[in-house]
Amino acid sequence: MYHASRWRLALNQAFLITWAIVSLLPLIWMFSASLQTNQEIYAGLKLIPTAPQWSNYSQAWSMSDFGTYFMNSLFYTVATVVGTILISSMAAFGFAWLKIPGKEIFYYAFLFLLMMPIPGQFVPLFLVLVKLGLADTRLGYVLVLINSSLAVSIFLLRGYMESVPKALEEAARIDGASTLMLYWRIMMPLCRPALATITIFTALSAWNELVLALIIFSDRSKLPVQAGLMIFQGTYLTRFDLMMAATTIATIPVILMYVVAQRSIIKSVMAGAVKG
Amino acid sequence: MALYTRSPQAPGATREVAPLRRRVFLETLGNSLFILPALVLFALFSLYPLVRTVALSVTEWNGLSPTVKFVGAANFVAAFQDAVFWRGMFNALLFALVALTVMNGLGLLLALLVDNPRIKGAGFYRSIYYIPPIMSPAVVAVLWKWIYHPYSGTLNKLLRAVGLDSMAKAWLSLPETALWAVSAATVWQGVGSPFLLYLAGLQSIPTDVREAAVIDGANSRQALFYVTLPLLAPVAVRVSILTILGAFQLFAVILIMTGGGPGYATEVPMLTIYREAFDYQRFGYSTALSLILGVLLLLLSFVQTRLAARFGGGD
Repeated sequence: MYHASRWRLALNQAFLITWAIVSLLPLIWMFSASLQTNQEIYAGLKLIPTAPQWSNYSQAWSMSDFGTYFMNSLFYTVATVVGTILISSMAAFGFAWLKIPGKEIFYYAFLFLLMMPIPGQFVPLFLVLVKLGLADTRLGYVLVLINSSLAVSIFLLRGYMESVPKALEEAARIDGASTLMLYWRIMMPLCRPALATITIFTALSAWNELVLALIIFSDRSKLPVQAGLMIFQGTYLTRFDLMMAATTIATIPVILMYVVAQRSIIKSVMAGAVKG
Repeated sequence: MALYTRSPQAPGATREVAPLRRRVFLETLGNSLFILPALVLFALFSLYPLVRTVALSVTEWNGLSPTVKFVGAANFVAAFQDAVFWRGMFNALLFALVALTVMNGLGLLLALLVDNPRIKGAGFYRSIYYIPPIMSPAVVAVLWKWIYHPYSGTLNKLLRAVGLDSMAKAWLSLPETALWAVSAATVWQGVGSPFLLYLAGLQSIPTDVREAAVIDGANSRQALFYVTLPLLAPVAVRVSILTILGAFQLFAVILIMTGGGPGYATEVPMLTIYREAFDYQRFGYSTALSLILGVLLLLLSFVQTRLAARFGGGD
């Protein structure tokens, strides 16, 4: 069906490879610079460091509390994922399977806000947190992060749960299963693929979050790694060796997640395109 | 737990009428508990902020004072005369235009190439191209800020290495280059998204549709322009909406790379909104700006969805 000549095919292939290199090169530079001395970075355009400066990493980790920020981010990410999974699966179960008066109204309100662009929402969000006494607290930050992953997760899980045949519920009920057991023992295991997708996307967005953290926290010791990175580059303006080590540290979890879940990430993004 | 167990008693037994009604009530209550946590979070952190944005937009308030002064449309009148805000909107429009043409064009081109069954390594390209989009805006910003650094940055070094010394400059500090430099960084990060969406769109077109066109005598270029691309129109509309929404809400990358500068060369609306609230404590004005931007984006999505219905829906 494609009648491209052989050299045109080669040209196409070359173009694809070029963009692959363009996609990766900045990240390779980043990693390479993280292993060079600052003098080396300034002096030339080297991809392979003469003597890998692994000490850049230990220095970046301990300077400017970067280690603390990293651990904070780990905590926020895990807490957000657990919270999102629990709350969204319960809600999806309720929306899909249970008799609750007025649930459709709530569900469509969810979806409506999901579709609606609300720029600058962080301003009123900050005010709510102050009112609730949750400003500058880890709990407040995690709750806001959970909420921002909630709508998509509920949407995804509801669809998944609704595809489970009703006969399964009847069978479980006859065997004496309670609603809670139906949710935890039957639905949750069946939803595992959807839960995996939600876990990975929630984890990525929680790990990468910056703006809300800047607004919610005034206590520096509670900041996540992205904010730490911002402080780092503002403090050590010219220490590109340490800065790139810090940037690499902040990127490693993302790369690890991508390596593990790359297939499901790409599949979900592509599926969203066709259905939406 | 007892709340959820069903009694073995058959429903409807006469003696059980009152307890039954009670049980139905308790069951409904128990059921509601499943959606309650989500509803509470939603009400507090989605619904309330929206209502509060609208309510605050007609007031003057510093965020602390117990009195909130009603000022009617004054904030909106001021907003329409706010040169900084509109400079930001104009810059956002430029970001959007670059993204719509360069980023989405590149994404579409790469998708068309990868979709070719004779191209080897489609899965490899798919994985690689989606790496930049999963990076955090902070990482991308810090990384590109270094790439653009006048002395230590790789871009100027590359230029000098190939003898283009005169082109080396302080990319982010010059008003005439800053916006394009930031834009290039966001395009670099963004191409993977339209690429994947277009690829998904291409793969959802049944092959026999394109084959039929070729059998009917269309050459590959005609098949592309008269069959494949028109069938991609719905995806194109969706991608454009997402692109515009993204461009107008650029924030973290700008905050780190330029802070809106030099001058207001890379000012964006989100930065203005942020500054008005948290630096100048003008919460009323800040929410009014949010509302203007939000309504504009909503209108834009709406118009584009209508366009999609016209071009994508019919034959």
